Amino acid sequence: MEDIIGLIEKNGLVFAFVVVGVIMWLSYQLSDRLSAGRLHGSAVAIIIGLLLAWIGGRVTGGSSGLSDVPLFAGIGIMGGSMLRDLAIVSTAYGVDIREIRKAGTAGVLSLVLGIALSFVVGAVVAASFGYTDAVSMATIGGGAATYIVGPVTGTALGASSDVIALSVAAGLLKAVLVMIGTPFVAPLIGLNNPKSAMAYGGLMGTTSGVAGGLAATDKRLVPYGAMTATFYTGLGCLMGPSVFYLFLLQITGG
Amino acid sequence: MIIYGVAALAACHLVGVILGDLLGDLLGVQSNVGGVGFAMLLLVVVTDRMRRAGRLPALTEQGVLFWSAMYIPIVVAMAANQNVVAALAGGPVAIVAGVGATAVCLAMVPVVARVGGREAPLPPLMPQEA
Repeated sequence: MEDIIGLIEKNGLVFAFVVVGVIMWLSYQLSDRLSAGRLHGSAVAIIIGLLLAWIGGRVTGGSSGLSDVPLFAGIGIMGGSMLRDLAIVSTAYGVDIREIRKAGTAGVLSLVLGIALSFVVGAVVAASFGYTDAVSMATIGGGAATYIVGPVTGTALGASSDVIALSVAAGLLKAVLVMIGTPFVAPLIGLNNPKSAMAYGGLMGTTSGVAGGLAATDKRLVPYGAMTATFYTGLGCLMGPSVFYLFLLQITGG
Repeated sequence: MIIYGVAALAACHLVGVILGDLLGDLLGVQSNVGGVGFAMLLLVVVTDRMRRAGRLPALTEQGVLFWSAMYIPIVVAMAANQNVVAALAGGPVAIVAGVGATAVCLAMVPVVARVGGREAPLPPLMPQEA
């Protein structure tokens, strides 16, 4: 028995293909039987993945979900940023470049607006909970953008570690919510064409959230959303410790 | 050969993330700016050129399409790696900030998508394509 477990651990990535294959099969069955196909199989699979991540996190106390369990370490390779980005890039194959040009203005606007709105919402929430100094407000605002922008902003400005942890939690929650919520709100926000997908990618910004959310909604929209989302974290890291911090400093009066 | 497609995809990926890193350095940000986006544009341009030159046979194409088909399973694996425990353990500030930012930004999608004219929805998906 231990030999077998050892062997599986040695073949982690191969085992991950089996595990994810089983999750996909189960999800499509559940989607067909319980929702008559209304909730995409891929959406169900992502929810199951998040549930497993929660279980993995509870069992191991680690920060990488299911892949912290040694037996499932291969999931970490399969779902890590290297293969994820390769797969995202591959979805661009066959994309109509005219669609991207046509939606260029909306895409740029969505980025600026998405970053600004997240910062504002995060900063207002922070202030209403008593974090009224500009550094904490900018850090939590950054977290409301993505879980990378928050700590980058906080580290640059010298925020306390508990505020940085809060910003990471806010960003992680946003990523999870975007993954789960997108297929449900897609009909309400008209997320059904390349242009709205580009607007969505720029507004939401979280790469994992957008990647998961669009996968669960309509795979054909993935390249358009990913195209704008890929600029979001970088721009957020640029604007957080500079423009937004100075803006907040003006408002809070130092 | 299939590997030609995979190699072209991988090369575009690498050149893209290198460009994104350089742009990040240029802007003074400790983060990649648009690397995946550059890689995607590059792949579109490169495969288009190859197709026109008659150097993109179906087998080569398969090397790209395989990874495209693996996208959803990879995203499911990605979901299983998320730090969901930390996401839920942030307390009220993190929860309100995360939920608030998500809701406000989602609500803006139709507004921004209207800039420069509304677009028609994609045709419905065949079940086997999903």
